[in-house]
Formats: sequence, structure tokens, C-alpha cells
Amino acid sequence: MSRPGRDDDPDRLYTLTGGRSRAETDAFDLVTLVVSECEPATGMQSEHVRILRLCEHPTAVVEVAAHLNLPVSIVKILLSDLLALGRITARHPRMTAGAAQLPDTDLLEQVLVGLRNL
Amino acid sequence: MDSATSDRPAVRTPLGSSADNGLKIVVVGGFGVGKTTMVRSVSDIRPLNTEEIMTQAGQGIDDPSAVRGKTSTTVAFDFGRISLNAHTVLYLFGAPGQERFWFLWDRLFAGTLGAVVLVDTRRLADSWYAIDRLEHHGTPFIVARNDFGGPAHTAEQVREALDLSETIPLIDCDARSRASSKGVLITLVEHLHALSAASTASGTSTASATARKTTP
Ligand SMILES: Nc1nc2c(ncn2[C@@H]2O[C@H](COP(=O)(O)OP(=O)(O)OP(=O)(O)O)[C@@H](O)[C@H]2O)c(=O)[nH]1
Ligand SMILES: [Mg+2]
Repeated sequence: MSRPGRDDDPDRLYTLTGGRSRAETDAFDLVTLVVSECEPATGMQSEHVRILRLCEHPTAVVEVAAHLNLPVSIVKILLSDLLALGRITARHPRMTAGAAQLPDTDLLEQVLVGLRNL
Repeated sequence: MDSATSDRPAVRTPLGSSADNGLKIVVVGGFGVGKTTMVRSVSDIRPLNTEEIMTQAGQGIDDPSAVRGKTSTTVAFDFGRISLNAHTVLYLFGAPGQERFWFLWDRLFAGTLGAVVLVDTRRLADSWYAIDRLEHHGTPFIVARNDFGGPAHTAEQVREALDLSETIPLIDCDARSRASSKGVLITLVEHLHALSAASTASGTSTASATARKTTP
């Protein structure tokens, strides 16, 4: 198996991302939920195929990284390619306030209800 | 959620199709203090492990060619997930507390609701750095004492040793217990709620909103 993994040497990761510099990877938070917008097709890069299958259901960036066994930074580059091609959509966290800014009480109340129901 | 995936092994539990808002809470603390245990106790999924590449300068890689140099390093962290309702999913990250990982936290902390600092009362000094960093970052947090059966310290002693202000909740927990770990998260979110309500009531973004002794 030549599946990319965390023991990969840096050149392998470099190849995987085509050596391109980062475009819009800041658009992805660790918990941005990714959803596939098309079926994998023949000829696609194997990592793209795996992402499209994983993201048939909403899947966070960090989960994609864990399932592909790739570093988060590399996954963000792969995702920005797929996003640019319209093959995925991204549902960004709605709580993106800076650290000093607190989430609003409505959201926190929803979180409390959810936690108490666990 | 539907049967469309039955042709593949059920290796994971997917989110419902309406999930659209991911939230973050970080559990931070010294080596072996129970971070992974707490994440596992409350997570809907078996905790997953992943890693991030950092350059020595401390950013995530901006340029994949940086990976080729000798200046990058990888840091592993684990996480779990709790579906709160049809739209909202809470991700819990366990982050190593050692000073050399500060750059990982700075990235994890960005946009988090807040943090839980897990402490082992036998090794209180292990949590100093984490608390410093959170205060520096303005990330709200609570402190939870994981009971490893060490010598009993009163809450006041712990507060003093950690130089914690009275406004920061300090509670006892057992990370192995789901109910106890759930209680820790509820305490954190109630604290956040109180801070948020206070800052709304005072109208503007006053320093009291972050419950810190000093203004930025
Ligand atoms: N007595 C007791 N043991 C605990 C508690 N929480 C965790 N442990 C045990 O402590 C050990 C370390 O727990 P982990 O959850 O792996 O700690 P960690 O903080 O993730 O450790 P690192 O990631 O290696 O820093 C495990 O053997 C746990 O079973 C607790 O509340 N009480
Ligand atoms: Mg751990």
C-alpha cells in the first residue's frame, strides 16, 4: 500500500499537494464541516476520491485529516483544491469571534441544553 | 443516518446531513493528567488522533515546500465529538500542556468557546504554563482537579498555588466518569454564559467580560 501516512517523508507530502503554495487554506477551520457535492470520478487523485467519499455526510476538517492519516495542513490544501473546483462545499463555524470576544448567550444556551441531554 | 452507505463497512458514525455548525472546546493539562480519558468519556465517537505540521517559527505551514526543510515538526493531538442538536456539533480537543506546544494551542484556541484546564494536585506546577497562556490569549477557562488519590489540598490551597482569581470556577472531577466529565463541560459553558451575559449587560466589550484582573 502506498497510502499516504504520517510516516511519509516530506517529499511525499510535497508531491501530494503538487508543491503549490497555500491558496485559501485559512478558509478552513479545524471544525469547518465539509460536504461532497459530486461523486468521485475516475482519474481523480486518490486522496480527492477518499475525501469525496468521507464527506458524503458532513465531516469536520480534523476528522478528514484523522481518517486520511494526513497532517491537517496538507488536508486543508487538498480541500481548498476541491472547493475551488466546486466538488465540495464548506460549512464554516458560526462562532468565529476572536478569543476575547464571547459567544452570544443564545448559542451557549443551546450548548447547555445539548450537554444536559447527554 | 440513511442506508445509502450500507455497501461500505460502518467504520465510523457520520453526522446527520443537517449538521452545519462546529464548535470547539479544548482540554489542556500536563502529561498524563487525563485529557484523553475525559474526551473519551463524553465523546459520541471513539477519540481520533491527528497531527499538525508546524514550522519552527510556530505557524502552520503556509507553503508546503516548508515541509521539505528541516524546520518543520509535527504535533499530535486527539479529539472527540458530541452532537448537541441537529445543527450543532461540539468538538473536544485534548492538547498537550508542555510549553513547547504553545503554538499548537494558539491555533486550537482560535475560535474556541473556552478551555478546561485539568490538573493533578500532586503536580500543580504542570498547569502553570497552560493557565498563563490562556490568560494571555484571553480564552475563558475553568480548572478541574482530576482525583488521582494524592494528598488532599483544599480548594483555597489550589487556588493560591495556581494564582487563580475567585471568578474562575474550580471543581473536582473524575475524567473516567461520563457524568463527571459532562459536569465539567456544563460548568465551563455556564461560566461562559455568565461572562457573556455580563458583557452584554454592560453594553460594550469591557474588560470584566473576560474575568481577568488586568485590562488588555
Ligand atoms: N485515578 C484516576 N486515574 C485517572 C483519571 N483520569 C485518567 N486516569 C488514568 O490516568 C492515565 C492517563 O490518562 P490519559 O487520559 O491518557 O491522560 P492524558 O492527559 O491524555 O495523557 P497524555 O496525552 O499522555 O499527556 C490513564 O491510565 C487513565 O486511566 C482519574 O480521574 N482518576
Ligand atoms: Mg492523551
